Amino acid sequence: MHMNRIKMLFEHKTKNILSVYLTAGYPDIESTVEVIERLAENGVDMIEIGIPYSDPLADGPVIQRTSQQALENGMTISVLFEQLRVIRQRVSVPLVIMSYFNPILIYGFKRFCSKCKEIGIDGLIIPDLPFDEYLTNYKDIIKGENLEFISLITPQTSEDRIRKIDTETDAFIYMVSSASTTGNRDSFTSENEEYFKRIKELKLNNPCLIGFGVSNKVTYDQASHYSNGVIVGSRFMDSLKKGMDIDQAIKNLLSVLRG
Amino acid sequence: MSNYSVTSNGYYGEFGGAFVPEILHKCIEDLKNRYLSELTKPDFQEEFHQLLRDYVGRPTPLYFAKRLSEKYGCKIYLKREDLNHTGAHKINNTLGQILLAKRMGKKRIIAETGAGQHGVATATVCALMGLECIVYMGKTDIERQLINVQKMRMLGATVVAATSGNMTLKDATNEAIRDWCCHPEDTYYIIGSVVGPHPYPDMVAKLQSVISEEIKKQLLKQEGRENPDYLIACIGGGSNAAGTIYHYLDNEDVQILLAEAAGKGIDSGESAATIHLGTIGVLHGSKTLVMQDENGQVTEPYSISAGLDYPGIGPLYAYLAYTKRAKTLAITDEQALKAAFELTRTEGIIPALESSHALAVLSQQAFKKEDVVVLTVSGRGDKDMETYIMALSQFDHANTDSL
Ligand SMILES: Cc1ncc(COP(=O)(O)O)c(C=O)c1O
Repeated sequence: MHMNRIKMLFEHKTKNILSVYLTAGYPDIESTVEVIERLAENGVDMIEIGIPYSDPLADGPVIQRTSQQALENGMTISVLFEQLRVIRQRVSVPLVIMSYFNPILIYGFKRFCSKCKEIGIDGLIIPDLPFDEYLTNYKDIIKGENLEFISLITPQTSEDRIRKIDTETDAFIYMVSSASTTGNRDSFTSENEEYFKRIKELKLNNPCLIGFGVSNKVTYDQASHYSNGVIVGSRFMDSLKKGMDIDQAIKNLLSVLRG
Repeated sequence: MSNYSVTSNGYYGEFGGAFVPEILHKCIEDLKNRYLSELTKPDFQEEFHQLLRDYVGRPTPLYFAKRLSEKYGCKIYLKREDLNHTGAHKINNTLGQILLAKRMGKKRIIAETGAGQHGVATATVCALMGLECIVYMGKTDIERQLINVQKMRMLGATVVAATSGNMTLKDATNEAIRDWCCHPEDTYYIIGSVVGPHPYPDMVAKLQSVISEEIKKQLLKQEGRENPDYLIACIGGGSNAAGTIYHYLDNEDVQILLAEAAGKGIDSGESAATIHLGTIGVLHGSKTLVMQDENGQVTEPYSISAGLDYPGIGPLYAYLAYTKRAKTLAITDEQALKAAFELTRTEGIIPALESSHALAVLSQQAFKKEDVVVLTVSGRGDKDMETYIMALSQFDHANTDSL
């Protein structure tokens, strides 16, 4: 069995990693694979495939809207898995699935994980599955399918808890930039930067990627400076519209971020 | 309440827990570590009970409804939560939580509301304590409960319209949780029912338990016994019912009848009968019964009553249904309206639409002559006058004979 793709990525690249989030089934039900392929072709390091949910508590207006649209388009876990059936013949970048807990619970947690493994998914982000609940009830299932569980840390997370999460993580840590939902912003405050610095100085075992609010060159530079890279979601989703050239949208995104 | 109390990590059987994003982990932990000790401190108890008495007007009467009793051939007592300040049981909870919020040093209060009763009760205690108040309310509900919106504004609260989904209680709750995610440090979230992540379901039940504490004393005085044969209450999230049953849960001789909103009928596709129609899922931080489709997407509920229009239910009720400790009846809009007019014209009490669902249970259950029934009238009908006026002609023409 080969090494998890997330770990391979961080082995040969430790700075300026760019992970991009997309809502599966947006703007069209059939967009998913094309968006993934174009992101990979344009050199994006990792891709986060979001499963749309009716009640996305950690998301701001943009991802609420794209999720709603994707659901109206008919996106479901089963449809997504069908679309991704041969994705590994097309892209080799690490693929991470982001989903709220409820749709996975209803699909069947173990069945979900087995299917992810079969397709070649590398990791899972479940923003409303608390770390302790993961350890007690779901770690064995996830690890059993060779998937990595990506935990989030925030400015509210204590050092003890961060250390514990670090010990239990074997891929990367998703650092939420600030007390916020997902969305666009112009810049991070000095208080945000203090927190980035504080985390950097903890010298964790795992790499950290900063997400939530990375949406232009300023925020990209601020976040990249203190971490191994960034996760961009709302900015990309906001720019995607029905019928547009996806490749162009991605090139625009990259130039907005990198200047 | 040994058999039905929450475990230390927030579960009733397999229901409950705290499924929140990491940003809220600390808030929930802080609350979990504080609520039991604060609520039982003598000075908290003293302040809480003094305000319940002098400000809210407690104890609320346990009223023997003579004519209603004659009609149903049993002894019916109404627990008059409608006589509380602000017109419903909701203030028992908001008063307790605002005292806790103050003790935790929080400066900014947020709440969600459906019918607007919880919003008004929150805005009221914020005015009382001089704290900033932001209430999230679905746009649909803002339109159908306008008087309560105006009351909240007069009380100094900011009412923010939730415009996602059906724009009702579920969506307002989503917005309130998102607000909390953005202001975890200075903000206290006053949840309005026994829903949400642990410790809210337990905390709200404890604050509402004053209802059954009073029933016990009052019934002993009036009937010579503490325990009724039946307790009846409506369930939106389940807070007035939790208060009603709290001190009786372990006494299996006391039968519990709950009314949930069937809307236009449980098979109509327009319903909020979560216990009848729900399956296990996670909503607003708690594992419970949820109305959802086969893909785990939460479905949009419907009820004539904004306070019952919710696709989840407190985890305690999922457990009470599972253990069969409580029997839940699904009451339609039509049955609730009929019960509202019946109470109005036999006892001169205009109940809230939510409470009318509980009243409708009386016609669904056979009682014996000596049965003692305690039914909680959770609120008064002022906020629902528009709906009642629309139904009035129909009831005057078609249904008065049968009342
Ligand atoms: C008068 C009244 N009764 C009942 C409810 C339902 O809530 P719960 O089930 O938490 O008591 C509401 C909610 O708004 C209400 O206003």
